[in-house]
Amino acid sequence: MAPIHPEIDLCHLLEQMQLIRAYEEAIVTGSAAGKFPGTCTSVGQEAAAVGVVNALSGDDLILTNHRSAGHLLARGADPGRLLAEVMGRSSGYCKGRSGSLHISVKELGVVLTSTIVGAELSLAPGVALAQNMLERAGIVVCFFGDGAACEGSFHESLNLAALWNLPILYVCENNQWQAFVHRREAMSRDHVADWAASYGIPARTVDGNDVTAVLAAAQAAAGKVRESRRPYLLETYTYRTRGHFEPDDQAYIDQAERQSWLNRDPIALCRDRLVADGCLSPGKQTEIADRVAQRIATAMAFAESSPFPAADELTRDVYA
Amino acid sequence: MPAMTLYDAVGAALTEEMRRDRSVLVFGEGIATKRHDLVDEFGALRVRNTPLAEGIIAGTAVGAAGSGLRPVIDLLFAPFLCYAMDELVNSAGKLRYMSGGQFSFPLVTLAMTGAGWGVGAQHNHNVEAWFVHSPGLKVVMPSNPADAKGLLKAAIRDDNPVLFFIDIGLLHQPGEVGNDELVLPLGKASIVREGRDVTLVSYGKTVHHCQQAAEMLGSRGIAAEVIDLRSLKPLDEASILASVRKTGRLVVVHEANRLCGVGAEIAALVAEEAFAALKAPIVRLGGPDAPVAASYPLEQAFVPQPEAISAAAERLCHRQAA
Ligand SMILES: Cc1ncc(C[n+]2csc(CCOP(=O)(O)OP(=O)(O)O)c2C)c(N)n1
Ligand SMILES: [Mg+2]
Repeated sequence: MAPIHPEIDLCHLLEQMQLIRAYEEAIVTGSAAGKFPGTCTSVGQEAAAVGVVNALSGDDLILTNHRSAGHLLARGADPGRLLAEVMGRSSGYCKGRSGSLHISVKELGVVLTSTIVGAELSLAPGVALAQNMLERAGIVVCFFGDGAACEGSFHESLNLAALWNLPILYVCENNQWQAFVHRREAMSRDHVADWAASYGIPARTVDGNDVTAVLAAAQAAAGKVRESRRPYLLETYTYRTRGHFEPDDQAYIDQAERQSWLNRDPIALCRDRLVADGCLSPGKQTEIADRVAQRIATAMAFAESSPFPAADELTRDVYA
Repeated sequence: MPAMTLYDAVGAALTEEMRRDRSVLVFGEGIATKRHDLVDEFGALRVRNTPLAEGIIAGTAVGAAGSGLRPVIDLLFAPFLCYAMDELVNSAGKLRYMSGGQFSFPLVTLAMTGAGWGVGAQHNHNVEAWFVHSPGLKVVMPSNPADAKGLLKAAIRDDNPVLFFIDIGLLHQPGEVGNDELVLPLGKASIVREGRDVTLVSYGKTVHHCQQAAEMLGSRGIAAEVIDLRSLKPLDEASILASVRKTGRLVVVHEANRLCGVGAEIAALVAEEAFAALKAPIVRLGGPDAPVAASYPLEQAFVPQPEAISAAAERLCHRQAA
């Protein structure tokens, strides 16, 4: 096992992953029942989110995208306010204007979320420039997908960040899929990390389903960005086990490939390791499961009892 | 006549035109996954999934169109057109003229927009007017499956770049579509209901809202004429003017933001060409100057609804009587 920060409790990471899974499964069930609009889940990718976010400091800033539940929950977002947002209620983090695909939570340092693929990449240099010029210590972490790496904005962003010495930790969640297209059909290479080298940006690929490996790699990467005030690219290699957008029958996927990744489910991997190390008793497992279930139930009740925005909200917040 | 959805009508038009003309090819992010029947019939060279990169998708289409192919590209949702703006506006729209007419760009760009999915302003933004404002481009937005099929066939055969907008709210609504190879000319509006008291002009889903408004008006003794523009450029000015000269009253309705929308152009056209026929001021109903919210009630409130259209038309009619 990779060495990790001593104060980080692996059981806590496991609980975060379970919370993310339960939260997204609640949305899947709710949208099948017509309670929610559809959403992009990150089921199967929980370790990639939890490992990176737990390697960050409170003053670091995060840019994310349409598949953001893992990043938000690992950062400490309230599942009730998230569910309310997904349901378009006024108590959501964005007053119901965003829905699930572009949730920003400025108070948690999750800024400028956009569902335009590649937007996070084009915005990150400016966010990092402001950190530098306003002499803020926090680094900028930019989460994007393998699909986003195919947009021109990826290449433009890396070039500028390298040129201007911007403190950006680029995190590519390579989950093998770009909506309904497998990355093999869309990328000239298997790894986005390979592309970073041509901009002189150090990069590394890590097993995105192993939360301790991701955490260790992200701690090292964030440390490098913090010290050098220069960009670094970390690729978390993982797999989107549900469809692109709920509901999705996944008729287009290779079942054998999916199964091979299901066999390496990040939550099961972490749990098995903790049990093998004698760090997770059956009693503690139940305790975690109960706590997660309780939080989701409370969150759902809060969201469902929240009102929709009033009609005069239609044109508020358009201009400053 | 068989009923099919607008989504399937688009598929039928693609199939017929690809059978007819070997130079037609389609590509986009996932189109070969979603329309695998096209791959089965026409093969992987003519039906391609692309990398996730709208700029190069559009640029490749423009290059290919200027070099002898007739590409149809699927850019998914209208806001994503922003990434393809340079290729569509500066290349497809201008290089014919700027080269002294040496090249033409027979290419169709498909994009969805409009209320109905509840996912917010980065998927739902009715940007039709941007392209009407850009020289060299044609713009189409059908209101039903039969029109979608006939207009898409015409768009594919047209030697100009055509932006083909698909209303998300209409995508899965079935409608009758003839089996014949009907090609609907671009630039020809359809009078979907005749009336003598007031003209309601619209396109996309709000055509249906106008029809519902016309029903309500009918029960109050007001005969509304409803015009479905079908294409925004070329615009069927003759049909609009003929109708207003008959009714003397005009309400223009669209989901797109009212400010500088297509309705402004139509209002100006009527003011310039048929001022003497007007019995009341022109009314425009459109979305507010705001992005569309994901929240369902706000998404719906953005769109001119039948009640508001009917009330506006009724006010115009009473205004003259008063
Ligand atoms: C500019 C743009 N093009 C297309 C889309 C539609 N879309 C949303 S997510 C997605 C796939 C993104 O793939 P990737 O970047 O790998 O992220 P993932 O969804 O796998 O997390 C697509 C095509 C979009 N939102 N924005
Ligand atoms: Mg991906």
